Amino acid sequence: MKVAVCIKQVPDTEARLRVAKDGRWIEEEDLPFVINESDEYALEEGLRIAEQTGGEVVVFSLGPERVREALRKALALGAARAVLLKDPAFAGGDATSTARGLAAAIRREGAELVLTGSQSDDLGFGSTGSLIAGELGWPHAWLVMGLQVEEGAKTARVVREMEAGKNEILRVKLPAVVEVQAGINHPRYASLKGIMAAKKKEIAELGPADLGLDPALLGTAGARLEIVSVGPPETGKGAQILEGDAPATAKKLVELLQREARVM
Amino acid sequence: MTNQIWVVLQQRDGKLHRGSWEAIAAAQRLAATIGGGVEAVLLGHGVGALAAEVAGRAQLAALHVVDDERLASYTPGTYVGALAGALRAAAPRFVVAPHTYQTVDYLPRLAHAIGAGILPEAIAFEGTADALVFKRPVLGGKMHARVRVVGSGCVCLSVQSGAFSADSVAAGSAPVTALAVEGGALVADREILGVEDVAGDTVDLSKAEIIVAIGRGIGGQDKMGPVEELAKVLGAEIGASRPVIDSGWLARDRQIGSSGQTVAPKLYIAAGISGAIQHLVGMKGAGCVVAINKDPGAPIFGVAQYGIVGDLHEVLPALVAAIKEARGS
Repeated sequence: MKVAVCIKQVPDTEARLRVAKDGRWIEEEDLPFVINESDEYALEEGLRIAEQTGGEVVVFSLGPERVREALRKALALGAARAVLLKDPAFAGGDATSTARGLAAAIRREGAELVLTGSQSDDLGFGSTGSLIAGELGWPHAWLVMGLQVEEGAKTARVVREMEAGKNEILRVKLPAVVEVQAGINHPRYASLKGIMAAKKKEIAELGPADLGLDPALLGTAGARLEIVSVGPPETGKGAQILEGDAPATAKKLVELLQREARVM
Repeated sequence: MTNQIWVVLQQRDGKLHRGSWEAIAAAQRLAATIGGGVEAVLLGHGVGALAAEVAGRAQLAALHVVDDERLASYTPGTYVGALAGALRAAAPRFVVAPHTYQTVDYLPRLAHAIGAGILPEAIAFEGTADALVFKRPVLGGKMHARVRVVGSGCVCLSVQSGAFSADSVAAGSAPVTALAVEGGALVADREILGVEDVAGDTVDLSKAEIIVAIGRGIGGQDKMGPVEELAKVLGAEIGASRPVIDSGWLARDRQIGSSGQTVAPKLYIAAGISGAIQHLVGMKGAGCVVAINKDPGAPIFGVAQYGIVGDLHEVLPALVAAIKEARGS
């Protein structure tokens, strides 16, 4: 079975983030970038399904030149090939315009199953996979914690997370788009052999013309949302920060909890 | 496009999801800003009593109901099928829904079907009719982005749990109408095989007086020792933010936040939790909040009363020692 996996390269949110000079996004220079967490799980799920069914994984990503690093990692983990949409026309999109580019690339490549993570750790729309499904006219399922391609590869059994600690078990016809949740599996590590092999694997670049897409519907031009500014969340007056080393701050905290807050 | 706003209510087994009231409240405020009316739509099977309840409580221009046995269980295909035709005809400026797992599952497909934009997880909006700016969390809640709608046509937006108060719903009543759905529009795109309980609801954190909650910063299941010890000396329950649960370090019934439990202890010690909005909505009822985090910029410090900037692996054992010392044991 041929599996398309969409991955996004995102800033490492564990890193210290600073607002960029223009105020519209964070300062990206010197920021470490990683494969979006739930996308790593999507890739692992894709690799497992390809192994079980004797197929291959083709990995797709949209973003600037630096995204090659993320694709190279996916190739090292076992993806057969990669497709990169780095034309400036694709840049600056929202979920709607980003999905158009990715869906067209997947359609051109052909796939029986598309996997994505459930949500990106930067923009966090949680919508791109479902919109890709909309573009392709395929069924989808979001926030998936279990996936099994059934006998004959015509259907898949999917466990979808619901609220209140419940999961819904459902069956979708293939081809379909499945948006997986972090925790669905245990992603593998790249082997030295895999890293060496990845160097010889292809990363194909596709532009709007290759996909027959009108640039006016892509990236910033095709987006319905525009970020005006970003900033740290506004909060209340904020915490009283206790100064000192661990034993000193701990002692101070206990005093405050006993005498001031009176909760201990 | 009109200045109307449509709210898609969420119900299950004839009970309204609490977020539905918050979505109505958000839509009413939005309507007051842009000078339009609010219409709500309820989908399901046998939802007549629920429709009457909503129509008797909220001030709405209309409550549209699609009552059909094919809507007894939710699927994106049937929901989009039930809504798309009416929304194309009505051409509202916004479709508003509570930001739930179900909404995130179908709302992008609905937006796609009606050629609308999608704006998930709004937590606030400001501005005037022609210059609306919505706020939504980005970068795991470490930043909030102010976004504006560009281009023309409808936008489907979901509102984060707790961002708008259900108590602020303008009371009134609404005429109930049966929404006509074209024949053949209600096609399920998935087969529902069943529902399984994963949490087991064995731990009820909502009644805990003291909670020690841990986040991704704990770093691993093998590092839980000091957490357990602190919980023991305080007589506290242990809770966690979502990443801890997803990593399998704690059982799902310990999760606090929009997809977990809502808690209101008198003391909440958040260690290694950055404070994403999804977590904050689950613990905003806490009395005294203590934040321990390596990152002084973590949003959790904004909602805490006391903060310690430091490594929780050093602070928690020190805290256990300090409590024991204060109690003279």
